[in-house]
Amino acid sequence: MPVVLYRVDERLIHGQVVIGWGHELRPDRYLVVDDDIAESDWEQELYRLGAGSAEVSFETTADAIEALVRYAADPARTIVLTRDIRTMRRLAESGGMVGRTVNVGGLHHATGRTKVLTYVHLAPGEVEDVQRILDAGARVQARDLPDAPKVDLADELGLTEDADDA
Amino acid sequence: MSEIAPPIGIVIAHGGMADGLVGAVRHIAGDSADMLVPISNEGMSPEDLRAAIDRAADGGSAVVFVDLQAGSCCTAALASCRACSDRVVLTGVNLPMLIDFVFNRTRPFEELVDRLVERSRDAIRPVRVDAGRGA
Repeated sequence: MPVVLYRVDERLIHGQVVIGWGHELRPDRYLVVDDDIAESDWEQELYRLGAGSAEVSFETTADAIEALVRYAADPARTIVLTRDIRTMRRLAESGGMVGRTVNVGGLHHATGRTKVLTYVHLAPGEVEDVQRILDAGARVQARDLPDAPKVDLADELGLTEDADDA
Repeated sequence: MSEIAPPIGIVIAHGGMADGLVGAVRHIAGDSADMLVPISNEGMSPEDLRAAIDRAADGGSAVVFVDLQAGSCCTAALASCRACSDRVVLTGVNLPMLIDFVFNRTRPFEELVDRLVERSRDAIRPVRVDAGRGA
């Protein structure tokens, strides 16, 4: 069970992830995939402070695509985090997420974004990113916490879904 | 010699906790609570949260009280206070900590910070009443 959750959340490592999902999934590792943070020591330090006893790794998108292949054979339970849908799209398009579910947990209001759910706001380009993730064979589901209702974003956005259940 | 302005307190927490805590301080300590700025993380992006802290601090000294270390509030506070010697982030905010702050914020900054940590920890203790005594 290498990757136990793929999550898109602007806040990356924070209360809902560490306490809410962490309590449910008991991860050994958080993998933060972000080209900027992978190069920023001080930001990495910030996020490590919030992760408790779990290991935290930071990778660029390109390096993460390779790392995820390694993690597939690793017994450590990993939560993969990106702070935008575009990065998750790039991971999905690498081919390693067929049949998996992408969890969308927190994309807040910003200029150009439209409200989809109270905790999910998307710009037109991000809706396109969701479609590309679906095209890559993954499902996209909004759910901020494990006990919250699952919302299929393909249905919510009127997109075409090809993937089977993860 | 210019006088150093005492820090303001910024309370940043999940949901309605910050408003609730500052309201409780006002209930107990009156207008001294004006020195506290409550900020909720609800519906806020990391950038919005950090900007709200920066606005509240207004370039001055601040004690930033947060609820959880593992939280977006703490991450935003640490980012805002990075490389600022006159700002500090204190996790595990509680009511005794805030009340002590509003009455002692004119103390030297480091002394104040040590005091707040000590007083807030001291406030957490088991209290039992011996039901057999005085009956």
